[in-house]
Amino acid sequence: MATELKSRAQPPVRRVRERAIAVQEAERSFAGAHGVAVHALSGLSLHVQRGELLAVVGPSGCGKTTLLELICGLQAPDAGSVQSEPAVLMPQRDLLLPWLDALDNAALALRVAHVPRAQARERAASLFEELGLAGFERARPATLSGGMRQRVAFLRTLLAGKPVLCLDEPFGALDAITRAEMQDWLGRALQREPRTVVLVTHDVEEAVLLADRVVVLSPRPGSVVEELEVALPRPRLRTDAGTIALRERALAALARGSRGSHGRHEPPGPEPGQATQARAAAG
Amino acid sequence: MRRSLLPPLLLVLALLGAWELYADFGPTSSYVLPATHAVAAALWENAGSLAANLGPTAEEVGLGILLALALGFALAVAVHLSGPLRRAVYPLAVGSQAIPVAVIAPLLVFWWGFGVLPKLAVIVLICFFPVLVTTVDGLRAIDRDQLKLLRTLDASRWQAFRFAELPAALPAALSGARIALAVGVIGAYIAESQTATTGTHAGLGHEIGTDLTALQTPRAYAAAVVLFALAIACFFALSLAERALAPWAHPTRGEMH
Repeated sequence: MATELKSRAQPPVRRVRERAIAVQEAERSFAGAHGVAVHALSGLSLHVQRGELLAVVGPSGCGKTTLLELICGLQAPDAGSVQSEPAVLMPQRDLLLPWLDALDNAALALRVAHVPRAQARERAASLFEELGLAGFERARPATLSGGMRQRVAFLRTLLAGKPVLCLDEPFGALDAITRAEMQDWLGRALQREPRTVVLVTHDVEEAVLLADRVVVLSPRPGSVVEELEVALPRPRLRTDAGTIALRERALAALARGSRGSHGRHEPPGPEPGQATQARAAAG
Repeated sequence: MRRSLLPPLLLVLALLGAWELYADFGPTSSYVLPATHAVAAALWENAGSLAANLGPTAEEVGLGILLALALGFALAVAVHLSGPLRRAVYPLAVGSQAIPVAVIAPLLVFWWGFGVLPKLAVIVLICFFPVLVTTVDGLRAIDRDQLKLLRTLDASRWQAFRFAELPAALPAALSGARIALAVGVIGAYIAESQTATTGTHAGLGHEIGTDLTALQTPRAYAAAVVLFALAIACFFALSLAERALAPWAHPTRGEMH
């Protein structure tokens, strides 16, 4: 195993250029509640090609958020290495600033980069038009629906101007219908504004619908159980045979991962909530 | 609007009625407690001089609150950003609230004479504290994830403060100022009675002191009524300012008002 890892650590130069993200044998633990150390990631390795959309699925608390924070440079690994082109995080909660209107919230990264306010708003406004948010420019976050808030939060992430987007369960808090709408919207948005994307989700179907490749993580400490190439044409439908088949393979991998790490103590399979959630969105 | 004014009006009328009855038929003399009608008469007769005395007091309270807001806010920011400063400043700030004004009044007059400055100093001393405490809490209540997000957008510490913490703390600081206002008016009275003043119209606090010495109790009560009205007016002015400066903290409340 060690030799295999070494060979992976020194890939041919040509491939390095294409790689946006390379995570090698990353280890991460931190002090949890009551002083008990939480082992979040264990020897996790993955790579993302430039322009690729990688979905990371895994049970709740498997270190997915930790992985994104490592990629964004908000944390450092205890061991192993994490290399990435400049990455920006879209957190699970929209975290829009309540005192700014939608346009100012979307333009926040530009303001931080010292773009004058009028100019920053203008650039955000052109994306509002393109991505179906026209008419909501002056709305305060409190007056927007959950789906609209996530769209504004996504624009804020886009306008940070970084080549890599790390999306942390962006639609996890939305109802099934809104979530389906937002998945379509995100697919279209990324066609217009292509980026390298790491999409963390616990919704297997979402992963299969949106991603070029799906990585399945085990429960904590997270490590890669399986990688699935999603070689399906876009736009993909929930009801396509290919989508359904891949979804089932990913669910099976999740189940294997849980069995592997919990052994005799816990029932096999993903948490029941996740399986039903994926199916509910399908129906 | 008319409906919302009715309950306070009824309450005030009931209290005034009880006061009148107690003063007329109770055990107190008119030197100790003048009747409502006597205070009303004093208000009417001295309207000119009360208005002239209201000017300096209102100026002291208004400027004092603004200065206290600035000082309380600046201290809160310093305390929020630096642990050593928090440990150094907080106990002193609490202790400052226990200083009897009479003890430091001679020093204030020695420094700044008989004008408005020593009075402002007293009011600021009394009023900065609630602003400090509410603002520190407001700054602390900021979502940690919000700061993390700003970091991934490459915001500097100053930008995180300017875009997230400062606006978040603003409503808290203004709430502190409203509390400060309630004590600020009595602070103006204390300041005027503790630091000597020259001139004929030296403020309502000064007026009350003179009237009480001259056993002109109804006039003293009339001046107190004006202070009472001043506190209420300032309170509502600050509420309006808060709505204008931090409208996000006051979403439309629909049927409630």
